[in-house]
Amino acid sequence: MIHLKNIEKVYRTDTVETLALNNITLQIEKGEFLSIMGPSGCGKSTLLNIMGLLDEPTKGQINLDTQEISDFSDKKLSRFRNQKIGFIFQSYHLINDLPVLDNVELPLLYRDVSSAERRRLAAEALEKVGLANRMKHYPSQLSGGQKQRVAIARAIVGQPEIILADEPTGNLDSAMGNEIMEILENLNRADRTTIVMVTHDENMARRTHRLVRLFDGSLVSSNTFVN
Amino acid sequence: MQRRKMFTFITLFGISMTLSILIVLAAFYEHIFSASYPEINRDRCLYATLLEEENTKESGMRRGPMSLFYINTYIKTLKTPEKVAYSTVPNTVNTYGNGKKISLFFKYTDPIFWEITQFEFLEGKPYTQRDIDNNESVAIINDETRDDYFGKNVSAIGKTIEINGQYLRVVGVVRGCPITRLVVAADVYMPWHLQKRASVTNELNGNYTAIILAKTPADLPKIQQEYADLVPRIPLSETGGFKPDKLNTSLSSYFDSIVRDMFFGAGGSSARSRFYLFVVVFALLFMSLPAINLVNINISRILERASEIGIRKAFGASAQTLVTQFVIENIILTLFGGMVAILISAVFLWWFNNSNLIAYADLAVNWTVVAVALTLSLVFGLMSGVYPAWRMSRLPAVEALKG
Ligand SMILES: Nc1ncnc2c1ncn2[C@@H]1O[C@H](COP(=O)(O)OP(=O)(O)OP(=O)(O)O)[C@@H](O)[C@H]1O
Ligand SMILES: [Mg+2]
Repeated sequence: MIHLKNIEKVYRTDTVETLALNNITLQIEKGEFLSIMGPSGCGKSTLLNIMGLLDEPTKGQINLDTQEISDFSDKKLSRFRNQKIGFIFQSYHLINDLPVLDNVELPLLYRDVSSAERRRLAAEALEKVGLANRMKHYPSQLSGGQKQRVAIARAIVGQPEIILADEPTGNLDSAMGNEIMEILENLNRADRTTIVMVTHDENMARRTHRLVRLFDGSLVSSNTFVN
Repeated sequence: MQRRKMFTFITLFGISMTLSILIVLAAFYEHIFSASYPEINRDRCLYATLLEEENTKESGMRRGPMSLFYINTYIKTLKTPEKVAYSTVPNTVNTYGNGKKISLFFKYTDPIFWEITQFEFLEGKPYTQRDIDNNESVAIINDETRDDYFGKNVSAIGKTIEINGQYLRVVGVVRGCPITRLVVAADVYMPWHLQKRASVTNELNGNYTAIILAKTPADLPKIQQEYADLVPRIPLSETGGFKPDKLNTSLSSYFDSIVRDMFFGAGGSSARSRFYLFVVVFALLFMSLPAINLVNINISRILERASEIGIRKAFGASAQTLVTQFVIENIILTLFGGMVAILISAVFLWWFNNSNLIAYADLAVNWTVVAVALTLSLVFGLMSGVYPAWRMSRLPAVEALKG
């Protein structure tokens, strides 16, 4: 599903050059649930952004769904993101000017979906994350955990084949974290959604199929769990 | 795409205020300069309003309107014009009518004045050369004066009005015009022969101005040339110890005559271009403030919305979609601002017309100015709002997300 080959990412500022990712090669199969761990600053978010076509690698090759994407146009990339990928960001990234329901509708806005259907699907997604009673609220009126759940609803509303989740449970207590994890597991099991999740929680990682560890931009180990 | 309410409001306010001010200024400009009642022939007219006798050696100068002698001798005799009319600059007088004191502007004119201007006669008709030949004491008044002096809804024809101790028979009532029609506006008009000290001397300066009607607008430059050729040959004589050696005068369009009288002397032949330069520089300075403001607001708004752009990109909006959305948003905003501006200025002009600050004021929204101003704000809006959005939307989504 996702094939990364010799990915390298260098951030250049005026004074320093950071090698955020160093020669990463990784294959993620369809229906796999992969977790990524590593110390802060080791490049986890960078890797996820590159998988999600939000950022371009300095070097290397990405194949998504058997397609080499390096020469995709902006339009094609957008369609790919829209149809195939659902993002859950570390810092939520909700649009503060829009109420919760509109935030969740966002991916459908760029598809050919009627507004009534958008509404229905968004409400359904919010129900799944237990926020059906907060649809008219604005993000500023929600707790961190609730924002995270809105972000999850937005990621799953379009039923993408791939969900990329950057510490989806990082801001939640263990009960809530557990619930979120169950939602993701369910998506993975029922819909065969491919999930890549960054986490700092060893227990969460153990519930996935495979764990890879990053250190200083390099892949250092890979564990496969039998669940 | 929903946006911050505060920014929307400020942007709208900026657009609306700028446009309103422009529309109102344009309305005043039109009111003062364009051919309008009763000078609907302005495009075919030249104005002789100023005569400057100069002593170039001692840099002495005497300037003012012209004498009857001057107009009769040197302007009436021009070959190219179709007609020449003259009238005095307006004067004020107090009179008593209807049991109250009434302050009036009055003017002396020749009969041709009524041919070149297109006053609407509500009653009666203009005085003629025959009235002058028979030394008749007659006057024409405007409707406001009639209502004040004789009472509302009564006929004034044949009644007597007292001006400066002279008793005049009213022979006509015209629909009045605003005082900003500087050359023709008055409350009471009398034939020139009633002027007590009607000058018969050979002095060039007096208190008359002339309107010269050409057969066609194309004749205007010819008339100006004919006059310009004549001026150096006009004999100058010493009066009151002042010995002029040069005469500055020209026939000019209404616009030039007003602008020149306001800003320059009679010698200012390039009045128009200098005035335009002045206006353009002023307008640019004036316009640039709200424009810069608008650009500023737009750009900071885009920066504020960088993360929104990033988020939308992450969930499938292409650069093109985003830019289209920004363009539509900008157009709607500008058009809405334009509508508000038209409303504001229409209400203001309506209020002004009815406030009697200027009697008979007839200011109106100029649609050409509305169109030009709207186009300009669209351009500004697109440049400042859409261009940065376009740049931003071409960056990888992460860059925008980081803000
Ligand atoms: N835009 C950027 N410009 C320069 N350096 C950057 C940029 N983005 C990330 N980096 C650097 O790249 C490295 C990897 O960052 P990244 O955000 O991927 O870390 P992370 O593993 O997600 O950390 P955390 O667990 O704290 O989220 C860090 O050293 C970071 O400072
Ligand atoms: Mg991170």
